[in-house]
Order: sequence, then C-alpha cells, then structure tokens
Amino acid sequence: MRKLALNDEILLKIEKPARYIGGEVNSVMKDPAQVDIRFAMCFPDVYEIGMSHLGIQILYDMFNRREDVWCERVYSPWVDLDKILREKKIPLFALESQEPIQEFDFLGITLQYEMCYTNILQILELSQIPLHTRERGEEDPLVIGGGPCAYNPEPLAEFFDLFYIGEGETVYDTLFDVYKQCKKEGKSRLAFLECAAGIEGIYVPQFYRPSYQEDKTLASFCPVNSHAPFTVKKQVVTHLEETTYPLSPVVPYIKATQDRVVLEIQRGCIRGCRFCQAGMIYRPTRERDVETLKKYAKAMLLHTGHEEISLSSLSSSDYSKLQELVTFLMEEFQGKGVNISLPSLRIDAFSLDVMQKIQDIRKSSLTFAPEAGSQRMRNVINKGLTEDEILDGAGQAFTGGWTKVKLYFMLGLPTETEEDMREIAALSDRVARRYYEIPKEQRRGKCQITASSSFFVPKPFTPFQWAPMCTAEEYMRRASIVKQAFSEQLNRKSLKYHWHDAQVTVLEGVLARGDRKVGNVIEKAYRLGALFDSWTETFRGECWMQAFADTGVDPEFYTLRERGEDELFPWDFIDIGVQKEFLRKEWNRALAETVTPNCRIQCCGCGAARYGGGVCYEDKN
Amino acid sequence: MKTRIKFRKYGALRFIGHLDVMRYFQKLLRRAEIPVAYTSGYSPHMIMSFASPLGIGLTSDGEYFDIELKEPISSREAVRRMNAATVEGIDILSFRQIAEEKKWTGMAIVTAADYLAKWKYTDTMGYSVPGNPSFDEILSERLPAFLKQPEIFVLKQTKRSEKEVDIRPLIYRMESRKDGIFMRLAAGSVQNLKPELVMAALCRFADIPEMPDCFWWHRLELYAAADNEAAGLADAGHKFVTLEDLGREIGEGHE
Ligand code: SF4
Ligand code: SF4
Repeated sequence: MRKLALNDEILLKIEKPARYIGGEVNSVMKDPAQVDIRFAMCFPDVYEIGMSHLGIQILYDMFNRREDVWCERVYSPWVDLDKILREKKIPLFALESQEPIQEFDFLGITLQYEMCYTNILQILELSQIPLHTRERGEEDPLVIGGGPCAYNPEPLAEFFDLFYIGEGETVYDTLFDVYKQCKKEGKSRLAFLECAAGIEGIYVPQFYRPSYQEDKTLASFCPVNSHAPFTVKKQVVTHLEETTYPLSPVVPYIKATQDRVVLEIQRGCIRGCRFCQAGMIYRPTRERDVETLKKYAKAMLLHTGHEEISLSSLSSSDYSKLQELVTFLMEEFQGKGVNISLPSLRIDAFSLDVMQKIQDIRKSSLTFAPEAGSQRMRNVINKGLTEDEILDGAGQAFTGGWTKVKLYFMLGLPTETEEDMREIAALSDRVARRYYEIPKEQRRGKCQITASSSFFVPKPFTPFQWAPMCTAEEYMRRASIVKQAFSEQLNRKSLKYHWHDAQVTVLEGVLARGDRKVGNVIEKAYRLGALFDSWTETFRGECWMQAFADTGVDPEFYTLRERGEDELFPWDFIDIGVQKEFLRKEWNRALAETVTPNCRIQCCGCGAARYGGGVCYEDKN
Repeated sequence: MKTRIKFRKYGALRFIGHLDVMRYFQKLLRRAEIPVAYTSGYSPHMIMSFASPLGIGLTSDGEYFDIELKEPISSREAVRRMNAATVEGIDILSFRQIAEEKKWTGMAIVTAADYLAKWKYTDTMGYSVPGNPSFDEILSERLPAFLKQPEIFVLKQTKRSEKEVDIRPLIYRMESRKDGIFMRLAAGSVQNLKPELVMAALCRFADIPEMPDCFWWHRLELYAAADNEAAGLADAGHKFVTLEDLGREIGEGHE
C-alpha cells in the first residue's frame, strides 16, 4: 500500500484530507528507479481549483506518456496544513509518490493569475527550495514557470530558473532530452541552463540584465550570457491534431471546481477585443477536428465515469463545427445520465434550442458579456456585440421562457466617461424593458437581470498595454456612480448590481505590468503574511501596502502612468508573433473609437500568420 | 432489478467522507459500464441507497449500498468489472440481487454492526511503563467485569441536551482479540451505538481517565434482523443476518 506523507493525526485534524492523499483514479504511479526525470507539476492554489485546470491535465498526460519521465502533482496546502508543515518541518510532497518535492528534477509551476504569486513562494519554501535562483545548489530542483502570466515573467524572475513561453506541447520533449543528456554528461546546473536557453521558447532570467532610466522606466534589457538569445519566441502548436490529449484525466475524490470531462474545441480567438490578453497571446486561432473530438468525448466519459461534459475555448460560438458537435453530444449521451454543459454562447435560434433541451429554463440564466454599457465604449474596446444583438437575443429567450439574464461589464476602461458608466445601468434596464414588453399573461412573473462589473486591468501584449489605471478610490467612485444609476432605473426592482474589490485590482495591475523590482514586493508581502491573495477570506491588503512601503517601490508607477509610445516594456523581449506596431495601431484606433474586423472577416496583419497555421490560412490555400 | 453491493474500504481511502464515497461509486459504476437505472429529468442521477455511512478515518470490511439496474448482469461479471475500474482502497466484495420490496433496502433494515478497535501500536510505545501491564493488557483484563455490569450509563450528547443512557443492552457481544477489541453493537436508525462511546466507557471503567489515541477503528460487518431461524446467529436473544446474505448471486444466464 502507498505510504502517506502525513500521519493520521494530521489528516484527521485538517480540512478535506483528500486534497493531500493522491491515489485518485487515473493518477499515474511509476517506479522511481525506472525513470530518469522526476517532474512535480504545480498549480499554486488549492487542490479543487488546481485539479480543474485543463492545461495541467494535458501536460501531466503528455509527460507521463514518456517512459523516462514521472510527472506528479502538487497544489498549495491550505492555511491549516501550511501551519502544520511549518511547525513540524514536514517537507512539501508530491501527491502520487508522497515524496518530497526537494528530491525532484523539476518543479513546474503554472502561472494562471497574478494573485497566486505569494503562493508560489509558499510552495518553494515548504518544499525547502531556496526562494532565489542564485541561492540554489546543484541538488535543488529546477524551477520552471509557464502559462499566461509567463508572458510577463519579470516580477517572478528572481524565483524561477526557467520560463517556458507558449504552449507546452512544443518543446518540453526537447527540454527533457537536453536535461537527460546534461545529466548523463555530469554537467552542472549552470551548464544545463545554458543549453536550455538555446531551446526556442525557453527564457532563463538570470542570463538577462535590465538597466533603468532615471525616470525608472526600462533603458535596456540584454542577455549577459552568450547562450541566451535577444528575443524569446512564443511556442505554438500549428496543428492541434498532432498533439496528445488526456483521454484518461485524473478524477478527484472530492468535488473539484470542474467535476466533468472538458473538451478543448479550439485555441485562440478571432475577435481581438482590445483589453483581452488571451485573444492576443493565443493567436492564431486554431480549431480541433470535430471527428477527433467526438472520439475523445466517448473515451473520456468512459475512462472517468464523469456525469457531465463541457466544452472549453475562448468565444466558443466561433468554433465552426459547434452545431455538429453539440448535436452529436446530445444524441449520443442524453438519456445515458450525462449532462451537457455549454459555455456561454451567442444567443441565437440554435443555442436557445439546445439550451431548452439540456437545462431547466426556469432555473438557468442567459449570459451576455457586453463588457461596456455604451456603444461608444464598446467601439473603443472592439467588442463586436451590439445593443440590438443583446436585446434581440434576450427578447427571443424571454419569449422562450427564460426570465434570468446575467450581464458582465468592466469599469475603468480607457477613455471611460460618466455617461459610459451610467449606460451600464441603462442597458440593463433596457433588457428588463424588453421582458416587460411581453404581454403580462404570457410572462412568468418578474425578470431578474444581474449585472456585475470587474475593474479593468491593462495586460501586457494587448493594445491597452499603454493605458493608465485608476486609483482604488476612483474605481470605487465609478462603481458608486453605476450603483446610483441603477437605483434610478424604471425597472430597478428587477435589476441587481455587483462589483468587485478595487484593492485587488490595483495589485493585479502592478503585478501584471511589473518589472524585476516588483519581485522584492512579492517576497516582502509574503514574509508579512500574504497568502491565497485570490481568496476574499484570506486576502490581506495591508501586507501588500506595507511591502510597498518597506521596499520603496511605488505602485502608482506601474498603474497610474500612461506609458509613452517608445517605452521599452519588461516583456518586449518576448515575441508572441503579434507585433508591437500592430498593438500600437490598435491603441490609436481605440482612441479614435474605430472598430477592427475579426480574423475571419478580414486579416489585419497582426503578425501571427508567421506560425503558419490556423485562421490565417483558412480557405486561403 | 434491485442489487446490493458489498465493498471494503481501507488505506488512504479512509480519509474520503461518505458523500465523496457516493460520488466515487457513481463514477465507478459508469466506468465499469454497469447498466444502472437513472432518474429522468434535466440532471438524471442514479438511485443509490447506502446502508450506514462510515465516518472519516474508519476502515471497513463490510460496507453496503443498493442500486437499481435497468437490465441484469451476472454477479461475477459485475464484480470483475468494478474491481478492474476501482482504485487501491476500495474493493468490491459482492454484487447480489435483493428483494424488490422497498422495506428491504438501505438504512431501514440495519440493526447491528461489528467493529474492531484495533491496537495502533503493537509495542504500546509511549503508553506504558516497562514492567507494568500494557494498555491492551489492562483493557482485556477488565473487559469481562465491564460486561458483567447490569447497566452501563454514559453521557450521550444530542443536539440540544445531554442525557445519561444505559448502553449495556445495545452491546450484543464484546471480546478481546489478538489485534484489538471486537464489538457487536446496535446500529441503524432506531438505535445506534458508536464504538468510540463503548471504548471510552471501558477505559473509564479500567481507571484510564481519558481514552488514549491508540486505536484504529474498523467496521467488520452490518446486519439486519433475521426473522427466520435459517439465517441467524443468536446473540443475547437477537438474531442477525448479514446484509449480504439477504441477497443472492446473479448467475451467468441471469436466472
Ligand atoms: S471574444 Fe474578445 S474577450 Fe472573448 S476571448 Fe475573444 S478577444 Fe477575448
Ligand atoms: S495574421 Fe491576420 S488572420 Fe492571422 S491572427 Fe493575425 S489578424 Fe488574424
């Protein structure tokens, strides 16, 4: 029997011990003596969240298909176990073997959101790995980061030995082969990192040195090791059919956030909303083959026993074979105890018909993400959804029996005026009015329109990367304007408005576009007790404020400044295919309130065509 | 067709709570392609009924739940498929057809359960002074006298109040075995006695003021009341039949 790293006494004392015992269905066990590389794959948040992440399941499966690699999982211990591990000096362990991470060759950490950065330091510290690369010895695991936040790795540069920029399916095999070779030849850690730096897509931060202008902006960012290239090229899978897919994903014992089979139908998005980082970094849009997806669906349901299947992608309505796939899933699995859950789709006759068949319309709600209240603002952000589309879609749904609508907005967008803010309430009200236009005897009581707004955070590699943010106070002022406007609406009793916290937004802004100097702040905040910052119950803003004060780093330098046209950004050494000139052009078009057509209507030459596949070449051979 | 599944829970799986065990079996039955019947509606689910939920931390050799099949499958095949799709920590022991009447399913029929309070430390390390009798020796020695008492009052906590109850009539059998103390106790929805309560009472009786943390709690079997001579074991005037014995094997020809 597998021996557990934690004893009974501990396991019976902590919340949800199942987070730490491993041994789940489809988890992979190997004989450590038979593998060359031990890889610990980490999602720096609690188990239930980390287990729901598709990217990790893809890599876990892909790595373990190699006979010479054993990939295991590790997640952030919740605060109760964190305390015990520190008190009893128990090293953090991987779920499968229950052996200390310290003994692994690699610790891979996925970077999905900025507010998990302090959790990364927790993982390193509990694993008894020195926090900074420069303090690590030959025996320490190599710490490698990847995922969307790796597109600006600089705030984390001190803590990682390597970053992987782009989709994991491309060069991990090469990296492993190089590692094995180096190990065989007895090469040092440094020598391996030099070899790795030569692999396209790999960034070794210690081989680069930034220098700064007097105004604290970046003056230059250059390699200081001859093995390191000037630019690091994002890795992209050109043809998704050539990749592996986890047909037997791990099935948790406890309910994870995603307790279902997830089918990834496409990568990337054709739309080009100007605030959206995913829409840029995953270019070009690539679809998966629908016949392959049908096979995957069957196999995965059988291998997991899940009772639900869902589709995953950005803007799923744009997947060209959506109707075929959804129809297949319904015909094949309905009546066999399988629920089909759809991502939010464009509301039209097809999606309404499908939704009617798979969910209880009295309980379910329709979702729209107009992101902004006024058409002017939607032109600025290049969100193609028009008011007519929203009202028509809602109208059709109301006639079909729906009464609940959810609307998602952003506040604090560039050029936003008070008029734009108030339009959030006005638009919500117009949706409600559409409902009350239905004759009373055909209605089902009142409608319920729920609007929520998050605050806009400018991200690297978007047209808004130059944009200033607001102060936390200003965000709250804007939210209160919207709230006030809601209370003035005709149908206010059918409207609800929620908004997010502003303090977290400001921090996210600092981390998203931060440079190397921000690393000190993260470490300080962690030392002061910040952990699980993405959880409202554990977020401690005061630790961060203190950390800024202690390190002398001014958060407003990162948030409140409109960046100059020629400013060198910390992430500019990464080449994502999409060109900086294109992003700049889009920024200017935003200011001119001009819409840019999507990739299927007209290619606007963003630069991603270089990858030789996807939407850039559809119908163009 | 109604069927009853008996399983064993051990190892790391003792940290999986009852609700998650239910979820585990829903998925296991699907992986094993057992033809289970579903409810209709927007979110169809299996009709499952567990005999007596096991607490976190306990292991068991005798856990049960009942399901409804939409078409028959032989016991041998069902057990084979389920064991092929399970993980270390849950083994399927039997898969039997049971009577269709509602009164024969689930929790309602459980009347007794066997437990073993297993010694955690074979060397009783930390719990005895060399030369003195060890902990398990004291308990074993005092057990006969403990059981001879006509009444054993303990304080039972309910949601609102505490009250003194006599647990002696609910202890059907109790003896010292080489790996721990065996108990057959009243269980189910009418009267239910937790093994921890009994062992705490025994410790107090043996002048050990607080029950030390030196047991693994293990359930061995669950019983229904037997109403005919053929099935039962007689214990203090009670007759019991295991839940498993209330079902019968489904043959290859599904007869
Ligand atoms: S539709 Fe817009 S917001 Fe959504 S993924 Fe595409 S670019 Fe991003
Ligand atoms: S090159 Fe053209 S088609 Fe390709 S992603 Fe860029 S804009 Fe879209």
